[in-house]
Amino acid sequence: MKFLHKILEKQKPMFEKGGKLEKLYYLFEAGETFMFSPASTTNSKGVQIKDAIDLKRMMMTVVIAMVPCLIWGIFNVGYQHNVATGQATTFFSIDNLLFGARWVLPIVLVAYAAGGIIEAVFAVIRKHPINEGFLVTGMLIPLIVPPTIPLWQVALATIFGVVVGKEIFGGTGMNVLNVAMTSRAFLYFAYPLQISGDVWTQLAGEEAVDGFSGATALAVANSTSIEGAQSVVEGLNKANSALAAPFSDGFFSFQNMLIGGIPGSIGETSTLMALIGALILIATGVGSWKIIVSVFAGAFAMGTIFNLAGANAFMDLPAHYHLVMGGLAFGAVFMATDPVSAAQTEVGKWIYGLLIGMLTVLIRVVNPAYPEGIMLAVLFMNVFAPLIDYYVVQANKKRRLSRATV
Amino acid sequence: MSKTVKLKKGFDINLAGKAQKTIASTPPSETFAIKPTDFVGMKRPKLFVAEGDNVKAGTPVLYDKMQENVMICSPVSGEIVEVKRGAKRKLLEVKILADKEIEYETFKTYNVSELHSLSREEAQEQMLKGGVWSNLIQRPYGIVANEADTPKAIFISSFDTHPLAADSAFTLKGEEDAFKAGISVLKKFTSGKIHLNHDLNGEVSSVFANVEGIENNKISGPHPAGNVGVQIHHIAPISKGEIVWTISPFGVAQIGKLFLKGVYDASRVIAVAGSEVKSPQYYKTYTGASINKFIDGNLKSDHVRFISGNVLTGERIDESGCMGFYSNLLTVIPEGDHADFLGWIMPRKEVLSFHRAWGLFSFLNGKNKEYVLDTNTNGEPRAFVQTGTFEKVTPMDIYPTYLVKAIMAEDYDNMEALGIYEVVEEDLALCEYVDVSKHDIQQVVREGLELMQNG
Repeated sequence: MKFLHKILEKQKPMFEKGGKLEKLYYLFEAGETFMFSPASTTNSKGVQIKDAIDLKRMMMTVVIAMVPCLIWGIFNVGYQHNVATGQATTFFSIDNLLFGARWVLPIVLVAYAAGGIIEAVFAVIRKHPINEGFLVTGMLIPLIVPPTIPLWQVALATIFGVVVGKEIFGGTGMNVLNVAMTSRAFLYFAYPLQISGDVWTQLAGEEAVDGFSGATALAVANSTSIEGAQSVVEGLNKANSALAAPFSDGFFSFQNMLIGGIPGSIGETSTLMALIGALILIATGVGSWKIIVSVFAGAFAMGTIFNLAGANAFMDLPAHYHLVMGGLAFGAVFMATDPVSAAQTEVGKWIYGLLIGMLTVLIRVVNPAYPEGIMLAVLFMNVFAPLIDYYVVQANKKRRLSRATV
Repeated sequence: MSKTVKLKKGFDINLAGKAQKTIASTPPSETFAIKPTDFVGMKRPKLFVAEGDNVKAGTPVLYDKMQENVMICSPVSGEIVEVKRGAKRKLLEVKILADKEIEYETFKTYNVSELHSLSREEAQEQMLKGGVWSNLIQRPYGIVANEADTPKAIFISSFDTHPLAADSAFTLKGEEDAFKAGISVLKKFTSGKIHLNHDLNGEVSSVFANVEGIENNKISGPHPAGNVGVQIHHIAPISKGEIVWTISPFGVAQIGKLFLKGVYDASRVIAVAGSEVKSPQYYKTYTGASINKFIDGNLKSDHVRFISGNVLTGERIDESGCMGFYSNLLTVIPEGDHADFLGWIMPRKEVLSFHRAWGLFSFLNGKNKEYVLDTNTNGEPRAFVQTGTFEKVTPMDIYPTYLVKAIMAEDYDNMEALGIYEVVEEDLALCEYVDVSKHDIQQVVREGLELMQNG
């Protein structure tokens, strides 16, 4: 590989100051450091050795942690299609894989391409290095949109997320909001038709069987509660009962929702896969276990509080159901843990996570207009994270001041 | 009350090439250097000597215009052979070619009982003239102590937890009396206590045992437990307006010898260590020694970096360079100017990492594995992203990330409130090592300290 490195090094002067392509330096740098880790050495004063980690590796760890969700999502898109059109198959079939890949991979490619281009444009204009954070964003966005989303909307949402969520603040590390969640919120408010209602199953033009409803578990829970005739669990058990559930008897049974054979955004249906991702993030120390645990704890606590209040059927839903329904698990593991937009102090992480969990369930149960709460809860707490940190850090300052005599 | 402090946070970097506890019999170095840049905060060094002058050990060579009474003295007797200047005639180095037999300037001698009745003024005058004052470092700021101050306490750490650090008990073998005398002198300067901090898990060596009238504290934990700044934070933290002095055990003994023997004795035992040294061991020499005698025929490869000091806080010197004033360790490690194909994602077990992100498998090696680490930065500088790691390697009630950001923003109020008075570069050196985004944390800390000092 040495010869390749030599070729790259030969091109370098062209991109450096005074070179013909000086403006494209950061594009060259991104390409070169992607191929070869830089040969740079430490300064003459200060640390003479440095840790083996760098930001690329850290970001790639998150991408790797998302792979179980992605693979599951591909199979699930295929499964949901086949079961809805009456061609029931086993979950892990080649058929499901091929169908899922046909619809999911273009979304991934478009998100990476659109984001990559906008990232490169900003790197050139703003003269900053290309941010590895995009490796993660480009994978997150496809996993939180429905499989039926038009590709142009994926591109537009990605561009909006990267520009408004990140670049106007100065790039990765400076952003206030989680970029992927910003993209999704943009889609939700700009194109509600394509991201709510019965959009969660990619029928690909085929007719659905009788008794099929494309609604998600949360939508079912919401409508059951509004009708008020039965408990939410009963409503869930009856919904889509004509369809074959891959992992248990009831389509929206707790078990099936936990494992994830249900309709929903591409990557968020399986709580189990999100938990495998969580294990990877926690074992590698890349994601904060405090945030993940506290989001779940907050959601469970809020669910229990509602159980005690018990004013309607949704409030009576057993608290543990909240943990497997909707995107809570995926959001807790991959969105809330984004180190830039989360609280940065260790105490703050507990508060931040707890509030995200509680807000998610609050929005789900109390706001009938919008069944899923994790997106808005994360964005809302992103905004409040600096405030939480402010008070935690302020306490530290006070401890120091209380010692001082002058 | 003596304290016991058990620290959990921190990180030990276990490097290959630890110095054997033997003293090499090598011909002594011929040239010695005084580098004004070693003295943090020295702004306008002025020379007493010119090229060609002869000096004795203890003859003043230079001083700082801002601190006129503190003499920096020649460590050996001989001839000034070179005065090296850099851009804008900045004084970089004064080189002295040593005589075969060292002649000393003489100062007044005292016996042990006379030391007890010594006044602060007398002690101060002898220390300022006799070249040993610069051993006293003032906190906050980590600069040479100001003789007009009376510190609230003086701190000495008897152990060093830096990678490959020289064992201070071994380097001071036989200096028991000098160390005790040094402590007696230092007692004149503080109204408070002198704290001597020991490793809780090690034995207190005879050099540091039975010293009267001081507090003996015990500290345990991974690096930076041996850093005096961390110890101060847990034993008697510095608040705004307070001044604490710190001094190395070598400095204490050197002060002792100035009073017992009446000479500026710059002889010291240094460790030569690191993975690229054939036989890592100790050498007897003088402060500021040129390193060529230690490395001739003693290297495993030729593409190496010489560091005066340790790998976390040291300074690169070239092969004809000289040791720093405060340094008792020469580290030699491989240079790391190699580009690795897909180096950012390939699994790496041989490069130590505090982290466990994908492919960083060094944690599987266990604690006893000795690493050969080179100077590669292992990545490029980026904006701050990962949070919480600085806090994990800083065993103090301080938020390093917030402090560093406050410094970058030149926010004076916040720097002060976040504890800048309690740290110097070495206390946050591990943050620089573990930083995912590869910031020059220590340089930032120094900039912050300078802002606080001058602003």
